[in-house]
Amino acid sequence: MAESITLQIQRYRPEEEEEPVWQSFEVPRHDEWMVLDGLNYIKDNLDGSLSYRWACRMGVCGSCGMLVNGEPVLTCATYLSELGGGRGPVRIEPLTGFPVIRDLVGDIGDFITKLQRIKPWIIRQEDKPLSQGEYLQTPEELALYQQYSMCINCMLCYSACPIYALEPDFIGPAVIALAQRYNLDPRDEGSEERGDVLSQHAGIWACTFVGECSAVCPKHVDPAGAIQRYKVTATAEWFKSVLLPWGKR
Amino acid sequence: MVQVGVAAVGQTVNRINPKYQLYHPKWYRKDYPIFWWLEKFAYGKFIVREMTSLAVGYTAVLLMFQLWVLSRGQETYQRFLGFLESTPVMIFHGVVLAFLLFHSVTWFNLAPKALVLRLGRWRVPNALVLSGHYAAWLAATALVIWLVAR
Repeated sequence: MAESITLQIQRYRPEEEEEPVWQSFEVPRHDEWMVLDGLNYIKDNLDGSLSYRWACRMGVCGSCGMLVNGEPVLTCATYLSELGGGRGPVRIEPLTGFPVIRDLVGDIGDFITKLQRIKPWIIRQEDKPLSQGEYLQTPEELALYQQYSMCINCMLCYSACPIYALEPDFIGPAVIALAQRYNLDPRDEGSEERGDVLSQHAGIWACTFVGECSAVCPKHVDPAGAIQRYKVTATAEWFKSVLLPWGKR
Repeated sequence: MVQVGVAAVGQTVNRINPKYQLYHPKWYRKDYPIFWWLEKFAYGKFIVREMTSLAVGYTAVLLMFQLWVLSRGQETYQRFLGFLESTPVMIFHGVVLAFLLFHSVTWFNLAPKALVLRLGRWRVPNALVLSGHYAAWLAATALVIWLVAR
């Protein structure tokens, strides 16, 4: 091979080792190769036992998030040639905050469970009959929540969040951003149901606004902003319920 | 390179870890380092921002204490001012001021994230929310200077 780059990969094979170890692989260095291309080269040519998740290769599925040189990134959207001046070595680890099942594969069950708790779908108190047609929206109404709807559940924000690593009960940035995606949708009527989960300590109040979740988000969802906005909303709701106890909470 | 076979039925698995139980692998959980905030500049900046809130609290208490001293009469207040003007206290308060400014600027910069204002269909741009904060800060400072200097 003409030019090569070294990938240092964290391996964890529970039947072999109690703790992860580093393993180096030499892969071809092409300008157009992403980190994921390097991993696929290893899997196809050097070591078929290397385990990692990927699917779409185009930044949509959110499966291939890993720590590359310590930064949570989508490996399908990170050029190998742009890392360490293109000479490497490139260090690849599983995302922080999730227990490692094998090599670069983390257990994401915690995220999925928390995501279900905020009911990420449009809740209606009463559905209108089909004969009345769809729920129409203006572009302005779409703009209220569109940013949050771009989340691809890649969990890079969880990996960047020190609070999630220190307080595993924290429901986390993406889940709150996705709750806001529905709360701010004018068709939705479920914000009160979600409020019970979001307003707990393990919800928005665990967040201390480190802000790194937004910095690493590949889709510019800005979960940190979503959390702070909901803090303002929850506080206003609380004041309303105290000052106007006779009003609808 | 060690090749590890897939743990399928009938296949041999290269089992070196004596604690491994077939089909019951242990998930690996990494301890989060105590000094996590030294690992990234942004984390360090966050911790400094949080710690400088102590300087904010200290300044608030100091101002209230100053008011209390003022209520004790002219002589007591002059003695307190003399204490404030001593070199070590001046140096200390210089550091406190630096912390205060860092805290205020970093918080102001974050404010547009929490404040999404809409006037009808128009979304107030972040830059305007931010400059509004600085304008309010300047106005408050000008008011204090006017009150002291008049």
